[in-house]
Amino acid sequence: MAVTAFLTDSTLCIGCKACEVACKEWNGVSEDGLDWSGFSYDNTGAVGHSTWRHVKFVENAPEPGFGGNAAELNSWSFSSDVCKHCENAGCLEACPTGAIVRTEFGGVFVQPDICNGCGYCVVACPFGVVERNPDDGRAFKCTFCYDRQKVGLKPACAKACPTESIKFGEIETLRADARARVEELQQRGMDDANLYDPTETSVGGTHAMFIVRGDARAYNLPPKPEVPTIYLKKAWTASAIGAAVLLGGTLAAFLAERPRSRR
Amino acid sequence: MAENHPVGFQWVMEARERGAKIIHVDPRFTRTSAMADIWVPLRAGSDILFLGALVNYVLTNNKEFREYVVRYTNAPTILRDDFKDTEDLDGLFSGWDAEQKKYDPGTWLYRSAPRKDGREFPGHAEAGGGHGKDRGGEAQEVTNFDWDFSMEDPQCVFQVLKRHFSRYTPEMVEGYCGVPKDVFLKTAEAFTSASGPEKTAAICYAVGWTQHSKGVQIIRTAAILQLLLGNIGRPGGGILALRGHASIQGSTDVSTLYDIFPGYLPMPFFGADSHKLKEYIKKHRVRIGLWSNFDAYIISLLKAYYGDAATKDNDFGFNWLPRVTGDHSHYGYWLDMQDGKMEGLFVMGQNPAVGAANGRLERTALSKLKWLVVRDMVETETASFWLDSPEVKRGELVPEKIATEVFLFPAAGTAEKSGTFTNTQRLLQYRNKAVEAPGDSRNETWFMYHLGRRIKEKAKRNPAPKNAGLNALTWDYPVEGEHREPRVEDVLKEINGWTVSDRKQLPHIQNLKNDGSTACGAWIYCGVFPEANRNRANERAPKDLLGHGWGFSWPNDCRIIYNRASARPDGTPWSERKKLVWWDKDKKEWTGLDNPDYKKDLAPDTPDNLDSGVGVTGLGGARPFTLHSDGVGWLYVASGLKDGPLPTHYEPLESVVKNPLYAQQNDPAAQKKERPDNPYAESFGDPRYPYVLTTYRLTEQHTAGGMTRTLSHLAELQPELFTEVSPELADEIGLEHGGWARISTARATIEARVLVTRRMRPLWINGERIHQVGLPYHWGYKGKAKGDVVNDLLAISEEPNVRIMETKALMCSVAPGRRACGTGGSPVPSEQDQDSLTAPDFVRAEQAKPPVPHGSGRLTWL
Repeated sequence: MAVTAFLTDSTLCIGCKACEVACKEWNGVSEDGLDWSGFSYDNTGAVGHSTWRHVKFVENAPEPGFGGNAAELNSWSFSSDVCKHCENAGCLEACPTGAIVRTEFGGVFVQPDICNGCGYCVVACPFGVVERNPDDGRAFKCTFCYDRQKVGLKPACAKACPTESIKFGEIETLRADARARVEELQQRGMDDANLYDPTETSVGGTHAMFIVRGDARAYNLPPKPEVPTIYLKKAWTASAIGAAVLLGGTLAAFLAERPRSRR
Repeated sequence: MAENHPVGFQWVMEARERGAKIIHVDPRFTRTSAMADIWVPLRAGSDILFLGALVNYVLTNNKEFREYVVRYTNAPTILRDDFKDTEDLDGLFSGWDAEQKKYDPGTWLYRSAPRKDGREFPGHAEAGGGHGKDRGGEAQEVTNFDWDFSMEDPQCVFQVLKRHFSRYTPEMVEGYCGVPKDVFLKTAEAFTSASGPEKTAAICYAVGWTQHSKGVQIIRTAAILQLLLGNIGRPGGGILALRGHASIQGSTDVSTLYDIFPGYLPMPFFGADSHKLKEYIKKHRVRIGLWSNFDAYIISLLKAYYGDAATKDNDFGFNWLPRVTGDHSHYGYWLDMQDGKMEGLFVMGQNPAVGAANGRLERTALSKLKWLVVRDMVETETASFWLDSPEVKRGELVPEKIATEVFLFPAAGTAEKSGTFTNTQRLLQYRNKAVEAPGDSRNETWFMYHLGRRIKEKAKRNPAPKNAGLNALTWDYPVEGEHREPRVEDVLKEINGWTVSDRKQLPHIQNLKNDGSTACGAWIYCGVFPEANRNRANERAPKDLLGHGWGFSWPNDCRIIYNRASARPDGTPWSERKKLVWWDKDKKEWTGLDNPDYKKDLAPDTPDNLDSGVGVTGLGGARPFTLHSDGVGWLYVASGLKDGPLPTHYEPLESVVKNPLYAQQNDPAAQKKERPDNPYAESFGDPRYPYVLTTYRLTEQHTAGGMTRTLSHLAELQPELFTEVSPELADEIGLEHGGWARISTARATIEARVLVTRRMRPLWINGERIHQVGLPYHWGYKGKAKGDVVNDLLAISEEPNVRIMETKALMCSVAPGRRACGTGGSPVPSEQDQDSLTAPDFVRAEQAKPPVPHGSGRLTWL
């Protein structure tokens, strides 16, 4: 079974939101509010329990004579955000019930029938992806279309994308494609094109990579995502020291008391 | 295109990835601009200035594809000496009748052309909508015209064109389109350098060009540009009309328009077209080119309509055909409806209460009907105008007093029916029903078939002469299933055509006969169902890059029309890189990558015989435009366009400036339909309406919203009406981002949320800063996402040739805050707002009447 990934190339994204709709349709995720945000053309806001794909709209001031594809001026860019399916997934590590599992495709999957709604995964996600459904408290996020992949189909978002901005395939092939693509974009003059693939941090790489222009933070992609468990050693050590000091203090207090009580 | 045709836009993206340059010309910076290399913002409505300047750039810099222009266009043709250009007559061509407000095209004809006899020229009829046939040149007989292949003669089309566009300069573009000169020159250079033997450039447009008071002429300017650059009939070239939604091309081909039959055959007009088939054919047949078989096309159509009842003796039932008696275009009959001249109306696949101009008039007119049938997947605003329209809320319409009986029929959706789509490149694609429609929902074919069957049954009982046509009409489609649905493939078979004697499917257009031995529902589609069991529209085995084997492209599965132009006059390709079809010397036939759109064995060195030849053979071997009587592309259209043979810049009917080129402000032949219920601002510089308004669509919603505002997954993506304004305009009038704005025109006031964005830019027009205001028009008073009806702001107007309204450029005012009275979920207006309202006269008259006895009281607070 191939280990798979998404490669979302924002230089090809036209902001049509077909991925958002296809995701909701396939997975039966319901509408989550008819609220106009006024934030460019984005009325979805962010990835959450009821939005598993989200197209981010980043507006910069355009100039006549430069379309958004001009190397000199990236005026309005779109990027479809999704669960990163981390190699070292904070949510998975935090889940106390075993509801969150890693699938044979490398994705991170929340089993809705096991999730008890404790919410540990929510705070453990370095990307702010997992969220609890306020109705029943369970956590939801992108399933990596596990059901579709099981029968050899592409995830719904990748299937619906008209411009092949969302690519899906074997992870190492995609990674190589991504590097070649960034090089090609840079050769075309887009010096700010870069690949977002945090292999250097503790998440150890993701199954959702992104090609963006400029600072990835503009697309809600943290520069140095870390799995919370890397802080465990430090936290446990600090706790141990703290406990030892407390214990010592307490003992010392009792020892110091002893002569007086004899009096 | 990325906004409204995201799926089609994937090919533009692919071209971009292979190195194509994308230029986007749009007043706003849209999702398309975001994918383009060059964005050219211009003043809405100044398109002919811009395109005309591109034409002028080509001509003054000798960038034209010379050999193509000399041989394949009418550039060398010499015009009459009494032809006067708009440059001579300050914005009018010769032949203008100021009293009748129409042109006589007599002086526009070619110098040596014999004028066709006839009181009214084809294409110039008062009642016509101008959709039929090839549009143009019909006022003259084809002959060996005077031409000058050196193109030096001052009266030849090439020289006339040069003079006509000589004042369309980069400076003019900078001053009146608001496009900086360097941006214009960069664009012109990019576009023209992508043309020639080795390269081609394509132009895609949509209703941003058509929905103007001179929309046809905007597209004509693009055609001139593409012909000069040799970009027609060649791979990668062309002008592609991106239609408003799926299969608009198909609905034009098989004609939902009032003045044409399937295959662009003109409807006979009352009076103008006599009652004899022979004379109708004489008027519309052209001796040379594909239209020389006009008689075969119309007679085969009549045989398809009337079957055995159509005989030579009764003119194949020609007199059973209804006649066009006036302007029956959408606005023509809607104004009639408003004036109480119509009893009933079928509305199918349309939501005019939201989607059509001057919404208040549209909805009010519905109340004058006796009955209204709406077929749709949801209850649209059109179906419920009597209950919750803004007019009802304002008290202008009172439900208890509306006598219109509304029948709402549930319609099947796209996936719930079989049939074909025809897309912009004339490709027919068949799809099968995926699921059964729920409940009582039925498809259009079912509805029309059974409606027709019942009407015919009724007519059978009354053999009055008026029913003769109905009684003769063939209506015998095989039905199947529980609901007795007609089989769509059988309809397609009839459209394709068959021989009458043995019902054998016809494989090719050239099989159509003029003696009644063939029947064909739409001659251009002939070949789509060539054998009893072969539906080419349903084939899915592409063999090559052009897609042969996938669907069927009319005519005769040619993927690129007029592709003879992709080869030199001698039959060899212009270049190896851009080869498409060519003459095979050994086999003595046209061959290539596409099906040749030319007579297969007509050698390139065959001389033309325009004086006495017949059909395509008369064109000789090197006249690729086979639908034109002279076989060449028309830079200049000798007749058939009601507003002139060449495109001329006119300002929109409401404009911010005076026409910088001519005293003639507007397209003289455009109809404003100005009346108290369809008022206008002053034609330019009206101080009440200082801003340019343009309307458009968004990716997330579809046209009038019936199919998207009702779907939660789409409604949530663009849940509310908003207006896009520049930060400069917001500053100037105190608009707050996220707040509310009132937008007013002479017709109405609506409210919208404010989206302040740098993607809107003020433009410098004639030294003044001009603001443009953008409004997407999807919302209405039903569905999940509601909002004011933007089209209430528009005026009903008619472009002279196809009678389309001007939606893309008009004048408005904008003020912060909400409007006085609420509709569609808006809060109840305050006392103060109520006081400030003045009721229209007829409302006050209505109020003066005694109360309705059985009514539960007025719904209004007026």
